[in-house]
Amino acid sequence: MHTVRLQALNDFAEWRNIARQLLAAGVPPDQVDWLEPGAAGGLFGDVALVQGDRPVGAVPPAFIELAQQAINHSEPERFGLLYRFLWRLLGDRGLIETASDSDLVRLTRMASAVRRDSHKMKAFVRFKAIVDDSGLERYAAWFEPEHYTLEATAPFFARRFDGMIWAIVTPYRSAYWDGESLAFGPGGYKSDVPQDDAVEADWKTYFGSIFNPARLKVAMMKSEMPMKYWRNLPEAELIAPLIRGAREMEAEMIERVATQPPSRHLRQQVRDAEAVEQTSEISSLRDARAAVLGCQRCPLYEHATQAVFGEGPEQADVMFVGEQPGDQEDLAGKPFVGPAGKVLDAAVQKVGIDRSRVYVTNAVKHFKFEPRGKRRIHQRPDGGEVQACKFWLDLEIGFVKPRVIVALGATAAQSLLGKTDTISKLRGRPMTLDDGTLLFVTNHPSYLLRIPDAEGKAREQAKFEADLALVRDAIAGLRSKH
Amino acid sequence: MAALTLRRKLAILSDAAKYDASCASSGSEKRNSAGTGGIGSTEGSGICHSYAPDGRCISLLKILLTNFCVYDCIYCVNRSSSNVVRARFSVEEVVKLTLDFYKRNYIEGLFLSSGIIRSPDYTMEELVRVARSLREDHLFAGYIHLKVIPNAAPELLAEAGRWADRLSTNIEMPTDIGLETLAPEKKPSEIRTAMARVRGKLDEAGPDKKAKAKPAKFAPAGQSTQMIIGADAADDGAVLHRAAGLYSGYKLRRVYYSAFSPIPDSSSRLPLKPPPLMREHRLYQADWLIRFYGFDVPEVMSGGEGGLLDLGIDPKLAWALKNRARFPVNVNRADREMLLRVPGLGTRSIDRIIATRRHHSLGLDDVARIAGSIDKVRPFIEAVDWTPGGLTDDQRLRARLTPQPEQLSLF
Repeated sequence: MHTVRLQALNDFAEWRNIARQLLAAGVPPDQVDWLEPGAAGGLFGDVALVQGDRPVGAVPPAFIELAQQAINHSEPERFGLLYRFLWRLLGDRGLIETASDSDLVRLTRMASAVRRDSHKMKAFVRFKAIVDDSGLERYAAWFEPEHYTLEATAPFFARRFDGMIWAIVTPYRSAYWDGESLAFGPGGYKSDVPQDDAVEADWKTYFGSIFNPARLKVAMMKSEMPMKYWRNLPEAELIAPLIRGAREMEAEMIERVATQPPSRHLRQQVRDAEAVEQTSEISSLRDARAAVLGCQRCPLYEHATQAVFGEGPEQADVMFVGEQPGDQEDLAGKPFVGPAGKVLDAAVQKVGIDRSRVYVTNAVKHFKFEPRGKRRIHQRPDGGEVQACKFWLDLEIGFVKPRVIVALGATAAQSLLGKTDTISKLRGRPMTLDDGTLLFVTNHPSYLLRIPDAEGKAREQAKFEADLALVRDAIAGLRSKH
Repeated sequence: MAALTLRRKLAILSDAAKYDASCASSGSEKRNSAGTGGIGSTEGSGICHSYAPDGRCISLLKILLTNFCVYDCIYCVNRSSSNVVRARFSVEEVVKLTLDFYKRNYIEGLFLSSGIIRSPDYTMEELVRVARSLREDHLFAGYIHLKVIPNAAPELLAEAGRWADRLSTNIEMPTDIGLETLAPEKKPSEIRTAMARVRGKLDEAGPDKKAKAKPAKFAPAGQSTQMIIGADAADDGAVLHRAAGLYSGYKLRRVYYSAFSPIPDSSSRLPLKPPPLMREHRLYQADWLIRFYGFDVPEVMSGGEGGLLDLGIDPKLAWALKNRARFPVNVNRADREMLLRVPGLGTRSIDRIIATRRHHSLGLDDVARIAGSIDKVRPFIEAVDWTPGGLTDDQRLRARLTPQPEQLSLF
């Protein structure tokens, strides 16, 4: 039997050196008695370590990481458990991934208890300020960790409180930061740090005020903030009275029903009423643009970001009508800013239509979609939605008075003609609407984006451009007549 | 009128902020004050520095700049028609309180909201001033969450995102009708437009752009929102459908569900019942299933009845009980997607199961050690030494897996 007496409570390097020597000498785990510093001596007295030269294999990095955590656990068996696991690991490297192994389960639990304790230290350390005569502020905290977590956690405080001078004192060790470097010293007592702090009363005021008595959940609080930490948390003394008074506070909240509103509120209401009266009928494109934002003619408004109205000069020659805003148009509040809009712009420019005299809009003003994870999938608007939105399209046509309208895709054609028909039947020749406007029908540019093969895409692109060329010629023809 | 002390203002303006459910300080960039002479850090995961007896984490100094408000939202204690005591912090007071609390390690940072005073732009500008002062004048590297005032100018939004870790715009109600009824001055489309603007800025600051210069950073912890549950008639299906639309449209990090809470000086149009806390809890569980477990809204809702989730059992178990034909799942062979559907198994347990089964086949005990508890899992899995037999289809299964009500004390 070999007895190992460690110098430190939680020094991974020390444990690793000894473990290496034991492995080199081929000492099996059940032949080693590991003792913490100060622990009552081993069964056989302290025995010098044996020497050996057996090869010591490499271990997976995951084990090192686990051991560095677990060694901070307060359980005295941690050293022996780590050595036994190491011994077994060298015979079976898959062991580190065998999450169901009992030794690994224990070590993993130790490591997570240590991580939790370290996390709680980050959360529950409470600094108290000491201001000396020169105005220099220094901060000190007393903390009682459950495990040996100060050394691993102090660098966090150094990164966080760079511009402060601080100390954290625990029963087994203390840490100091002077603004430049981190140092460790022996453990101490609660009386080593100041008992009072000028801001503490504000903190208690906050703690008491942010609590909602209508939502009492004491068990939840205790599981996240175990009572063992309470004795060093200044706000903890408020918990019992807050719980006691909660039901009364809640009843009081409920009983204090509405009273006469303050005069400030009544003055505000008068102002608001005056503002409402100023909105009147829709007598211009501008009015329509403002009014469409409040449109609730069909249910689509409820999930779209905003209504997307048409854009372009008020006296445009030609109006392009698409189906509905897509994802990007919905976010931006402008029509044809996405990929399909780029296809349209490029084609318009290529055939020689003056883009600055084009008005673009959609048959439906709100984006219809189905949420799928982090994306919104476009859905085609139904007949009722198209019909409801015709109101706005008619206003746009009425105010802009285009000579030529181009329906992009079946939905737009349906809206403008009041009936469904295929694009192939409608494209290639203009129709004359009741008011004399020429209506052309072609594909929606997003159709071109969805064609997978290059050949088909080029063919459809050419047909699309040919349709636009007819539009161009029609505009020129109309202009030369006048 | 006598001037209020800072402590009295703190009491009023934190009391006024306690109805906002969000508290998280996680998900931001890694940042610290090392070598700057300032204070503060964020390391990705947030820290709860205390817990109130309502079980909620206290991570941030959550206050309003002022509880004066020109709006009259019926569900809100700060509405203009309410007779609550009013107060207003100066920018400097908020900055000082934040620093004083932070230096004592009481908080991770600041969550600043405000009643709307004068105009949306004026109010937003005040919020931005606090954040700018903390960052520029005091080299503060802690967490800052600012509330977006809908309708404030896009330039103010851009500056807010420059200083803040997170921005949030509250959608308030699950349906537009609900919002219009209870908050007549708030326009749902303006709220969503504000979210869309934040999303646009987040996209611009994203890492996958091919731009040569590094984009200016913008709210690295993203945006979130809150909706109030139980103040109107919207059912859970409407709530989750709304949430799904918000997640997909504006890339929200979180949707917070806040059970409607009775407020002092409350309007007669509101329910006076205590908040449906279990309903809120189930919604969070459902939200989790949708974001991390591959469920969609109709699937989650199919576990409940009549548009409401089952209050008695968690939504994954509820779904599994109604879809027993898809079980048992073989833990040694099933793909990750199907393991994610097993009640009682979380994503980390599943990762461990998949790693372990590469080395040897799993028995029921192995699964129990990995999952921590096996009761809920057992009827839905097969392992080398275990098949549930008739257990999966047992009509009493729900009763067996439902926690027994605790015996109530007579006194």
